[in-house]
Amino acid sequence: MVDQAANSPLLKVDDLRTTFTIPAGDVKAVRGVSFSLDRGRTLGIVGESGSGKTVLARSVMRLNLGTNVTTTGTAVFEGTDVLTRSPAEMRQLWGTEMAMVFQDPMTSLNPLVRVQRQVTEHLCRHLNLNRSEARQAAVDLLREVRIPDPETRLRSFPHELSGGMRQRVCIAVALACAPSLLFADEPTTALDVTVQHQILNLLSREQADREMAMVLVTHDLGVVAGRTDDTMVMYAGTVVEHAPTASLFADMRHPYSEALMRSIPRTSLPSHTRLAAITGRPPDLIDPPTGCDFSPRCPYVQDQCVNEEPPLVETDDPTHRLACWTPVGSPEARVAFEKNLAAGLQQAVAVDLSAAPSSTGGVDG
Amino acid sequence: MDTALDPAAPTEAARRPWIRRFVSKMPWTTRFCASWLIVIVGAAVFADLIPGLADPNYQGFLFGDGVTNEGPSLTHFLGTDNNSRDILARIVYGARVSLIVALAAVFMGVVFGGFFGSMVGFVRGRTDSTVMAVVDVILAFPGLVLLLTVVTLLGRRDLVVIATVIGFLSIPPYTRVARANALSISRREFVTAARAIGTRKRTILFREVIPNVLPTLLAYAMVNAAVIILLEGALAFLGLSVEPPTSSWGTMVNASRVDLQINVWPAIWPSLALVFTVYSLNNVGDWLRRLRSVRSAAL
Ligand SMILES: Nc1ncnc2c1ncn2[C@@H]1O[C@H](COP(=O)(O)OP(=O)(O)O)[C@@H](O)[C@H]1O
Ligand code: SF4
Ligand SMILES: [Mg+2]
Repeated sequence: MVDQAANSPLLKVDDLRTTFTIPAGDVKAVRGVSFSLDRGRTLGIVGESGSGKTVLARSVMRLNLGTNVTTTGTAVFEGTDVLTRSPAEMRQLWGTEMAMVFQDPMTSLNPLVRVQRQVTEHLCRHLNLNRSEARQAAVDLLREVRIPDPETRLRSFPHELSGGMRQRVCIAVALACAPSLLFADEPTTALDVTVQHQILNLLSREQADREMAMVLVTHDLGVVAGRTDDTMVMYAGTVVEHAPTASLFADMRHPYSEALMRSIPRTSLPSHTRLAAITGRPPDLIDPPTGCDFSPRCPYVQDQCVNEEPPLVETDDPTHRLACWTPVGSPEARVAFEKNLAAGLQQAVAVDLSAAPSSTGGVDG
Repeated sequence: MDTALDPAAPTEAARRPWIRRFVSKMPWTTRFCASWLIVIVGAAVFADLIPGLADPNYQGFLFGDGVTNEGPSLTHFLGTDNNSRDILARIVYGARVSLIVALAAVFMGVVFGGFFGSMVGFVRGRTDSTVMAVVDVILAFPGLVLLLTVVTLLGRRDLVVIATVIGFLSIPPYTRVARANALSISRREFVTAARAIGTRKRTILFREVIPNVLPTLLAYAMVNAAVIILLEGALAFLGLSVEPPTSSWGTMVNASRVDLQINVWPAIWPSLALVFTVYSLNNVGDWLRRLRSVRSAAL
């Protein structure tokens, strides 16, 4: 049993699908995602806004609220499927086994509660601490997340802290009960560029020190570069490419990953020009297109793409999974691109103007 | 907003006592209104202790000790009414009726309406539809009919009965306000964050949802208290509030009606008290609400 638990992955998600039923129809936010994550490892999930990253993370944590949500598939965490657990059973996991850091530290702290109580409330519940022990635990936690002068900060209200400090408090809250899996959902998107690196480094260090598994969700490929063991690229609720981060950056195969790569914000550009390189919009999740979801925006699109949906399959490298008929760099892709360029296809022209299509080397920093 | 951007220690303003911070943000009209409310509440509470304040039910002319419809004088600052009773004293004691009825309404509204509204806005589902259906029925029921029924059934019309009925009728509107706020607060990220660390539902309701609903509810309570005071005045004017000789602002206006051609002052003074109080409650309530929305926008 112990052996088995040590060998099997910490989290194994299989064919997870989450649908929201709204008056306009069924929003298929996550459409058959499978992946596994070993203890102490890190996974980056990357995709444009609206690609289903948050819904995926919340589905695994069972935090999607409302009566209009249906989740199918399995998400086996430490040997049991969390999707079949009752809310009371989930409460045993929340905080102590799985925790989450949210996107916006401005809204993920109760505005009326001082830092001390935010940090220690659940600690006290789990460990039965008295007042001074709780205070000491809070000070230790704040020190660990590098908050200067923690004794004073304990008495602050969230609005008295800067965004970066607040996110550190949120991280302290999430780490308080030493979870074995941490979801960090765009933990730096709402923050200043200057503090983004500090927060990411803090998360990486905590992850390594605690040998905790971490899922780092972001819309920015540059964030996962060098920080996660594996990277999963999501588009319109599906996984389009999944590989060890190093090999993904060395050998980027999916046209969407390549487009994301081109759209990594350069410090010289204002932040809202981020996804300028990808023409068009993500597909309608109520009525997704036939064939490849990316086909309306793909510079390499050909007839097969529109008619048949490419399955997510292993490439010649078994750790590198890909869902594309003509991967970037293949001769077929080049032919298709030249053809689309000659036909004046908008997305091909845009790519041709911005850079050579297959020049995806490593990423600096 | 400034403090949110400032990574340094709490600002100078944040270290001052909260009451002074609070007052310093008030425009002068609001300060005036708040002072009036404090004066009127204080006078009503400590009426028995105010030196020189006459007995509100003493009819001097029966004892050869005064005349009816007297103008302002040193013994009667606001004059006397048509029963030669001291108007100032009757206004001060009358404030008790208005304030007790308003307090009963606010108390029952905030406690019961606030709790039920926050709870159903948080848990949703069938509890929500059931409670809100009951609320809609009570709202649809004519309040005056209920009051008359209860008064007739009990055969008495004292302050307890009036305050209880009006208090009961206040629960539905507070429930609605609390529910609307709880709905939006339950969708805020910190509630999800509390769930994500394994906080119990009941704890989330009492620690995360209700404390964030309360400030809005209290701002609403100010405005609602004004409505209730007007309602009591109207009931008194119709002769449906507390029985004489207990004074109430509406009762005073009603009683002075017969001699209105001789002397309008016994009607004007209580009306002024009513107008000032209602205006002040609205003004302070509005200010609280603005303060609240500015605060939540900054968060
Ligand atoms: N509660 C909900 N009801 C309906 N649709 C939702 C809900 N939550 C998310 N969605 C939809 O699911 C899709 C994926 O959203 P999300 O996971 O938040 O994207 P991401 O985190 O990648 O930016 C979006 O199109 C969004 O509109
Ligand atoms: S080449 Fe075809 S299959 Fe591959 S991403 Fe583009 S449209 Fe999809
Ligand atoms: Mg998201």
